[in-house]
Amino acid sequence: MAILEVKDIKKSFGKTEVLKGVSFSLNEGEVLSIIGSSGSGKTTLLRCINFLETADSGLITVDGDVIFDGADKSKKNAKETREKQLKIGLVFQQFNLFPQYNVLDNVTLAVKLQAKERPDYKQNKKQILAEIEEKALKLLADMGLSEKIHNYPCELSGGQQQRVSIARAMALEPKILFFDEPTSALDPELTGEILKVIRELAKTNMTMVIVTHEMTFAKEVSDYIVFMDNGVIAEEGKAQELISNPKTERLQAFLSKISD
Amino acid sequence: MFSVVNKELLEGFLYNVELFTITLLLSLPLGLIVAFGSMSKFAPLKVLTRGFVWAIRGTPLMLQLFVVMYMPGLVFGWQIPGSNPRMTAAVIAFVINYSCYFSEIYRGGIESIPKGQYEAGQVLGMTKTQTFFRVVLLQVVKNIVPPMSNEIMTLIKDTSLSNVIAVTEIIMAANAFSGKGLIWPLFYTGIFFLLFCGILTIVFNKIEKKLDYFKS
Ligand SMILES: Nc1ncnc2c1ncn2[C@@H]1O[C@H](COP(=O)(O)OP(=O)(O)O)[C@@H](O)[C@H]1O
Ligand SMILES: [Mg+2]
Repeated sequence: MAILEVKDIKKSFGKTEVLKGVSFSLNEGEVLSIIGSSGSGKTTLLRCINFLETADSGLITVDGDVIFDGADKSKKNAKETREKQLKIGLVFQQFNLFPQYNVLDNVTLAVKLQAKERPDYKQNKKQILAEIEEKALKLLADMGLSEKIHNYPCELSGGQQQRVSIARAMALEPKILFFDEPTSALDPELTGEILKVIRELAKTNMTMVIVTHEMTFAKEVSDYIVFMDNGVIAEEGKAQELISNPKTERLQAFLSKISD
Repeated sequence: MFSVVNKELLEGFLYNVELFTITLLLSLPLGLIVAFGSMSKFAPLKVLTRGFVWAIRGTPLMLQLFVVMYMPGLVFGWQIPGSNPRMTAAVIAFVINYSCYFSEIYRGGIESIPKGQYEAGQVLGMTKTQTFFRVVLLQVVKNIVPPMSNEIMTLIKDTSLSNVIAVTEIIMAANAFSGKGLIWPLFYTGIFFLLFCGILTIVFNKIEKKLDYFKS
């Protein structure tokens, strides 16, 4: 069964319809890449799934739970929304690390706040916090950041900052991790380290949705690719096939423009 | 003579320091509340708050002192209670005035925080309150230390204005001497303010240094 189902998502800003009915689904452990030229609605789609925007209509299901239903107009309970939010994670193009916290605290802050709501928090506080820390250290080690845990974001390169933000998202153990052009804010020589980290995550069967302009990377790391154009999915398919053998003219044009 | 002048001026300056301290303690939190009002999504509250702030910032503090001192009596026949009603009036006028100035500094500081910080908090499942207090607030504090320190230095000097409603602050005390033909105490009051501002400068530099470890 699909872990993520997105059905007929529509979203307008004022009079401009940015998403004109987008549907796709994703199986657990698979990687989906979303490609498409700038302005085609990729970021808006990710933001709608991650509650940063509210879609006008459509249905989103994660792991069988409806996290968004456009037909349900009742006022949303903030606590429930947060619980749904925690099922998924988002890595921003601009990292958005918390500047006043060091690397380790960036990764543990939200998890620790989350832990406070556990009924056994008061009794087992020490142990719970130690476990959170240990897990964060493990994640940061996986990201190659063990040396940097006490550094502040302003002391890190862009690539290191993005790796911290990936660790921060992973620390909440999301079922699906979304990336919005995770390498676009980086100097070209730093994109490699991020792509490597994402490849490693893919090997651990992390379910991921990646908006990217790195075609070679998308082709190699993803199971499935969706091509967005002007607010709709213009073409989709198995990664290798879609890139090597595009069927629509729009995708052909997009791919030839990118490879220039 | 010198010691007599010193004693009198110091007694006067205690009023300045008292007014300064009470105003600061009350206006710093009140200013934040006013700032939230002026950023409210509820339009009437926002318009009302901004209008009020505009009126306070657009009129002289001296005028506001007169209004607080004499309006209640003239309009409602009501006297400000307490053992030192003049000081109370000064405190009220100063707190209102400075809350409005501080609110604008807070607002600038809060609005300068990138949207991405709030969004990161939200995506990480933090509540709005958690995001504000754990993520945004310290960045705001860092951003507003320079304008705040300016405003707070102005405050200690502004406290002298309270003598227009006859609070016996330092310049009033010095004036009493010049009435008897002794002019130098008036100029000498500057030393008190300079010393006080010197201490403030050191304190604010310390705070700035403390917050130097991160860049927002
Ligand atoms: N908050 C917003 N208000 C108005 N228009 C927006 C907003 N966000 C995005 N758009 C518009 O929606 C379109 C799609 O944007 P976006 O989703 O960022 O595309 P992509 O990520 O594919 O480049 C663009 O034309 C953009 O100007
Ligand atoms: Mg985008």
